[in-house]
Parts: sequence; structure tokens; C-alpha cells
Amino acid sequence: MNLNPLALGRQRSAERRRGLFERLHLDLPLLMGLLTIAALGLVVLYSASGQDDGTIVRQTIRLGIAFGVMVVVAQIPPHLLRLWTPWIYGAGVILLVMVLIVGDIGKGAQRWLDLGVFRFQPSEVMKLAVPLMVALTLADGTLPPRLMGVIKSLVLLGVPALFIFMQPDLGTALLVASAGLFVLFLAGLSWKLIAAAIALVSAAAPIFWTFLMRDYQRDRVRTFLNPENDPLGSGYHIIQSKIAIGSGGLYGKGWLNGTQSHLEFLPERSTDFIFAVLAEEFGLMGILVMLAVYGFVILRGMHIASRAQDTFGRLVAGSLTLTFFVYLFVNTGMVTGILPVVGVPLPLVSYGGTSLVTLIAAFGILMSIHTHRKLLPQ
Amino acid sequence: MNRMPTSALSAPLYPMRRLSLLAVFGLASAVLAWRVLDLQVLDPDFLRKQADVRHIRTLNLPANRGTIFDRNGEPLAISTQVRSVSANPRVLSPDHPQLPRLASLLDMPLSEVRDLLASKKDKGFIYLARQVSPERAARIDALDLPGIDFENEYRRFFPASEIFGHVIGFTNIEDRGQEGVERAFDASLRGVAGERSVVRDGNRRVIAISREISQPYPGHDLTLSLDRRLQYLAYQGLAEAVRQNRAKAGSLVLMDVRNGEVLAMVNQPAYNPNNRGMRTGDRFRNRAITDTFEPGSTIKPFTIGVALESGRYTPHTPINTGDGWMQVGNKRIRDIGRYGLIDVAAVIRKSSNVGATKIALSLPREDLWGMFHRVGFNQATGAEFPGEALGRLEDVRDWVQIEHATLAYGYGLSVTPLQLTRAYAAIGAGGVLYPASLLKHDSAPAGERVIDKRIADQLLEMMEGVVGEGGTAPEARVPGYRIAGKTGTVHKAQRGGYAENRYLSVFAGIAPVSEPRLAMVVLVDEPKGEEHYGGKVAAPVFSKVMEGALRLLNVAPDDLASLRRDPRPEDFL
Repeated sequence: MNLNPLALGRQRSAERRRGLFERLHLDLPLLMGLLTIAALGLVVLYSASGQDDGTIVRQTIRLGIAFGVMVVVAQIPPHLLRLWTPWIYGAGVILLVMVLIVGDIGKGAQRWLDLGVFRFQPSEVMKLAVPLMVALTLADGTLPPRLMGVIKSLVLLGVPALFIFMQPDLGTALLVASAGLFVLFLAGLSWKLIAAAIALVSAAAPIFWTFLMRDYQRDRVRTFLNPENDPLGSGYHIIQSKIAIGSGGLYGKGWLNGTQSHLEFLPERSTDFIFAVLAEEFGLMGILVMLAVYGFVILRGMHIASRAQDTFGRLVAGSLTLTFFVYLFVNTGMVTGILPVVGVPLPLVSYGGTSLVTLIAAFGILMSIHTHRKLLPQ
Repeated sequence: MNRMPTSALSAPLYPMRRLSLLAVFGLASAVLAWRVLDLQVLDPDFLRKQADVRHIRTLNLPANRGTIFDRNGEPLAISTQVRSVSANPRVLSPDHPQLPRLASLLDMPLSEVRDLLASKKDKGFIYLARQVSPERAARIDALDLPGIDFENEYRRFFPASEIFGHVIGFTNIEDRGQEGVERAFDASLRGVAGERSVVRDGNRRVIAISREISQPYPGHDLTLSLDRRLQYLAYQGLAEAVRQNRAKAGSLVLMDVRNGEVLAMVNQPAYNPNNRGMRTGDRFRNRAITDTFEPGSTIKPFTIGVALESGRYTPHTPINTGDGWMQVGNKRIRDIGRYGLIDVAAVIRKSSNVGATKIALSLPREDLWGMFHRVGFNQATGAEFPGEALGRLEDVRDWVQIEHATLAYGYGLSVTPLQLTRAYAAIGAGGVLYPASLLKHDSAPAGERVIDKRIADQLLEMMEGVVGEGGTAPEARVPGYRIAGKTGTVHKAQRGGYAENRYLSVFAGIAPVSEPRLAMVVLVDEPKGEEHYGGKVAAPVFSKVMEGALRLLNVAPDDLASLRRDPRPEDFL
């Protein structure tokens, strides 16, 4: 069995001797990258949770389930995924409507749907369903997409994004919308249209700000622009987070030695702000190692996309990888104070359930695309 | 851009898109890397300090305030350790189910605790209660509520309560002296608080003690010159007189003539220093030191002292007081009765204003001023009490004739009860003036001779007549002891002159005459009963308190004969 990731990556043909992972429809480099991130994440989480064994056990179980789902998803050949996509998308939209009508309220927003056995957020499903659906729509037409295709795509991504925004969950709405937009971009949306869209969004921003955003969302943006305005209120998170990162220095304070995180100055340290714990305890070196592994996963994802055999696979793989990148950048950007605070977790590391499963399941789709190859010579 | 046919097998690849995506990756990574580099490496000192500032705090370790004792070692002000209870409203929810129990332990209404927590929910620290007993604090701690914290502090207790209120004063909630001796000697009593740096978490809980910067250094104890037993006697005597005469206020000062130590000092109205609610301005003034009054006839012994010093008068020099009045400028000076031709001793005994004025006008005004100045009027007494008044004594060069005359019988200058007591003590000490002291002396202080010994003795002898046959204050007598004193019944000054029916009743006296030990001034402000003369209102207080004081101090009686010759009716009861 050849464990060299580059050599594995070079396998173009199923005629070659198929390794164990190939037969399981798993991509070894991607899997190794994901497992490395998850393992490092558990180390940081142990410290961030105040060395709580229960948290680690629960997170490990979640990771196990997520990787299990990933393995299952990887077995689904892309043509089946194409068939199911409209149904998944349709079900997702219906669930989103149900959430708005009967959903549970957690932390002031209506995001949860209680199915008796377990609760989950339908918005998570849309993170996968929207890029799949848009890719399906565009892949059936000519590329670059014609105007009708663009409009159809915009409706397909816009409707669920609007529902999610109404919950309200700005962060997820933006992620879902951008996942669909990435598909459009990768499908070759003309630069003119992109420029026009950017101009339109800039023009619409004041309207969005005035009429659509809620007070707390506006506060977050204001706080982002000047956190010292309200250091004990809305600016508290970002100030404490910056202090945690800055006090870490080059090599960090050492595992379990972070004062900001352990003395409970840093809020949400196990979830959205766990990157600050990493930065405080492992310093610049720790951050660089972690980001290198993330970078490897993203580049591997892009490689899989570029190697995809059909448009649908390429668009889906590219969009999911880009979404993963957006996750990473938005979270780290928010924790370091480059971006406003939106509730986006650090992928695979932050403590929490549903988004973990979605994120890892997305890589199952990538692996499926990469490993279900048609038996064709180069 | 060429439109490519799409097929399942050949997907179009856009090199520009790939490049732009890589550019976005690169740019995003660069921004992030720059940011982290900026925060962690380029300027981390500020943020590192900020992290330390957030978790390393300096705690004050309160020092035990010194105890105040009376001259016999009885404690008068003691600090006991208590605790303050604080809460972190960010952590302690106003809806916590244990809150009603907390409220009842704090003696606060539940709604008040809730409102406090709700209104300060952005704050990390509020005081819920201060100076809580250690037992109660332990019971609150046992509730194990989140965000509740305790700090040690000291609370001052005053076992003698109102008896010593004015002299001792009190401390504020931060244990700093605010009034009286507590304030005057605060620096010595206070001690030095220690410091300890601790590691605290975001909820202000102390996680660890990192190091002790300095130990608390307890304050020094203080021993007062006052005697709790005499103070108690004085308090009772004065309070009773003020109540019986429906007076506005009163003061009493008892001094050891041999060294100027104050043995008792009380005022009415009084307050209990343990009860913060009673601390209103009018009540906690130590009038014996902070308030002045015109001494009236109690000044006459000093006027006569000047006369004796001049050599032109002896106690037996005749003075013609005529029909009990005389004219000075446009003012008529009056006596209470018509005494006619009397000697100098009788001027004191009868308290003749006309006699005193005639004598004073025959003497240089500088000599009169010199005597008043020498016995300590218009000067600090040395008691070092906060807010001490100096009284008023005009510069002699500004005196006009009428002032020369009225000063002779105690109008136109003002003194504090303590100043008057000190001046009388000087007569009792054979003419030696000691600084007044509220602290017990280790050794006798240096006195200053202000009156010739012979003259002081003559004054004492004449003042003994005041309590004798034909004197103004037989009520001041103490069985078994020879008493010397002088009454004063002072018209109170008011806007535009003197009030006809508002008086100060004063008695100043010394005992025992054969070997003086104690001087006392009793002042009753605005008696509204049937009597207002010093001899009727203040003298009985003097008698009662002095009698008890002489006995408690084991002063040998010097007039056993008077006991046999002149028994009091109550001696037989």
C-alpha cells in the first residue's frame, strides 16, 4: 500500500493497483489532514474546557460520528448524489420553514428543530444542499452560465439564505449564500457580472444596514470598528481575545498555562474563540503549524476539484473547499479582530455538534468525487 | 471567453479563476499572518501586560486599628475583624433560587438584592454588605452561590457608647478616624495596611496567592487620660441637669490640676458612636472644645488676680459698690443686689459686677489682657483635638473704655469650657498652667508659672467664700471637702445685643482647697426651668460629680469638721 500522499494523488487510473483507502473511497491525504486538525483541536479543547474530561469525551464521540458520516457519504457515487440533490434541497427548505414556525429558541435565535430523538439545525443541511443544487443546475447547462442559469442559481441560493437570515443567523446565511456563489464563480460567471454584483451589494449595504439588520447585528459591526467603545459590553469579547493572542508571543505560555483562557477572562473559549486559546498557549509557532495543516487540507480540496471528471463534481468540490476556507478565515479573522464577530466556529476544533458533522460530511462528498472515477485512460 | 461544451468527461478549467482563487488564499493568509505577527511578535508587550493586569491584582490586607483605653486600661474603642460580602453580577443571576436565603442572611429585602444585581449586571463587582460578622459570613459562604466573594475588614466597636462619644469620635466604613480622638490620632492608631498580590479569574475569585508584598502593621494603642468611672459620673450628672432644666445643651470638663490631664469630658446632647444613624452634626460636636461662650462672672477671679498683682489691692481692700450700679460711657453696669461698701473678697463672693469694674478700671488695661492671655484664653490648650476653638480676646490696643469695663466681669471675650477649666486648674496648681491633655502622661509635663503662688492661694481662699455663707453657690459644696469656685450667669449674645431671658449657667471650681487636685467647669446652655443662676443650675452638678470624683480618686477629705458641724438631711436617710 502506498501511503505517499503525492503518489496517491497522482493515481489517475483505477487500473492501477487500488489501495485499501481507494477501495473504501477515502482520500488518504485529506483524511490525514482532517484527523491531524481534529487531534490538535482536542488538545486545545482540553485546555480551553478547563481540563474537563467530559467535554473531550463528548467531542471525540461527535468527531467519531462525523467521520462515520463522512465515510458513509464517501461511498455514495456522484451520480446518485446528483439524483438525490433536488430532494435534499427541497427537504431542507421545508425544514427551514418549519424552524421559522415551530423551532426551538436557543440563545435568542430560532435555529433548532426538535425531532424528538435529537435536535438539529436545518440550516446546516443547507450548507451542503445549496452548493449541490446550484452545481446541479449549472452543470446541466452550458458553461459559462447564461443569464437564466445565473438567475435560477441566485434564487436557489437566495431563498434558503433569506430563511436562515430570518432566524436570525447572519453568519450561517452568509456561509450558505457564499457556498452557492462560489459555485457560480467556479462555473465561470463573467467578471462583468461579478463586478456589477459587487457594485450592487455596495449600493445595497446601507439599505441592508438600515432595514434588514437587527440591533445586535449592527452592534457587532460597530463594535468591530471600535471595540474600545464599550470594553465591558459588546467590545469585551474581542478585547479579551486580542489580549489572549498578543500575550501568547512567539512560543506561547505553554499548554494549560494560558491565563486569559483559564481564568475565565476569555468568553466562548471552547467554541467560537478557541483560536485565541491556541494562540495564547502555543504562540505564533502553534498558529503557523495549525494553519499549515488547514492550508494542506484546502489545497488538497482544490486539487480534488481540479481533477474532478465532470462539471458537477468540480463545482461541488470547489465550492465546498472554498466554504471551508471561508469558515477558517472568518473565524480566525473574527478572533484576531480583522472581521466583525459573527458566530462562525473554527472548523473541526470548536466544541459543538451539528456544524462539525456538516463540515466533515462535506469532505465525504469530496472523497466520493475523487474516488468514484470512471474507468477511462488519460 | 470561449464557451466550452460541457460533457461529463471534460470540465472546463478557467486558469484565471484558479489564479484569482490562489491569490485570494494568498492574500487572506497574508492578512491573517500579518495580524497575528502584529499581535504576538511586533508589539506584544502591551497586550502581555494587559493580560497580567487582568489577572494579577493587589489586595489590601487591612491593619488592625489600635485599641483606645481609658487611664485604667478599660477598652473604649476596639476593632474586631468582620467581613464584607461582594457579588459579581455577571455571574450571580437575579433569579438564582438561593437568593431569598442570601437576602435574609444579609437582612436585606429580596427585591433590593434582585434590583441591585439586575441594575449592575454589566459590572464585575458590587458590595452587597459590609461589616458582616464572621459567623454570618460563614453561613452566606455555605450557600455556595456563584460570584459571591468575601474580604476581611475591621469594624470599630465603642463599648462605652455615648459616655465617651464626643471624646473618642468615630471611624468611617474604611476604618479612618472621622471625629474626636479617632481622628486626632488617626495616623498612630491606623497602622499600615499590608499588600498581597493575588491571581484572580474573570469572576474576581482569588485563584492563588502569588506573593505577600508587605505584612499589615497594626496600629498603636492609645491610653487616654480620661477615667471611665469619672466620665460615667459626669455624664449622668450633666444629662440629669440638662434634662431637669430643659436646657438646650451642656458641657462638663474635669481636670487634674497637677498635670493638666482631662479626667472627664462630657456634653449634652450626646450620641452613640456605634449607631451611625445618630451621627448628626449637632449631636457629635464636642462642645467642651469646639464651642465658645462668654465666661461672665467666672472670669472675675482673674480680674481680682490682676488687682492683687498690682500691689494696690489685698483681699481686704474696701470697694464701694454703691447702689449696685455704675455708669460707664452710655452703658449702665448693674449688680443683682445693693452691696454697698464691701471688700475685694466679697466682690468675688457676691459676684459684684460694679466692684469688679471699679477695680479693673483702676488698673492698666494691658495688665488685664496680660492675665487673660497668660492663663490660656485665646490660645490652643494643647489637647490636639480636631476642630478646637481658640475663643476670642481682642487685641488690647483696640480696647475702648467700655470693653475695659465689661471684660472685667467676663463679657467681650469668649472661651471654651476646656480653656476655662485649664485656667481654673492653674489657680488650683498654685499658679502653674499645664497644657491640657486627653492622653495619659508618662511623666509630669512642664508647666508654666502664670500667677504668683501667694496670689493664687489668696484667690483660692476668696473663691472658697462663694460656696460659704453669703456666697452665690452654697449648692456647690461637697461634704467633707473644702471647695473653691465661682458662678457665672451669662446673658447670651444675640443679634444686636444680649438676650434678656436666655442664659448660660456656669460653675467653675477647684477641690479640695487645702491641697487642690481637681478643677471642674460645668456649663448648662439655656436652662428653661425655674432657675437660671449658675449657683442654682450648674453648681449642684458640680457638687454631685465632684463628690463622686473625690471619693473614687481616694482624695483625703480636708474638712471633716464641716461634716459634723453641718450635716445634710440626706445623710440621715
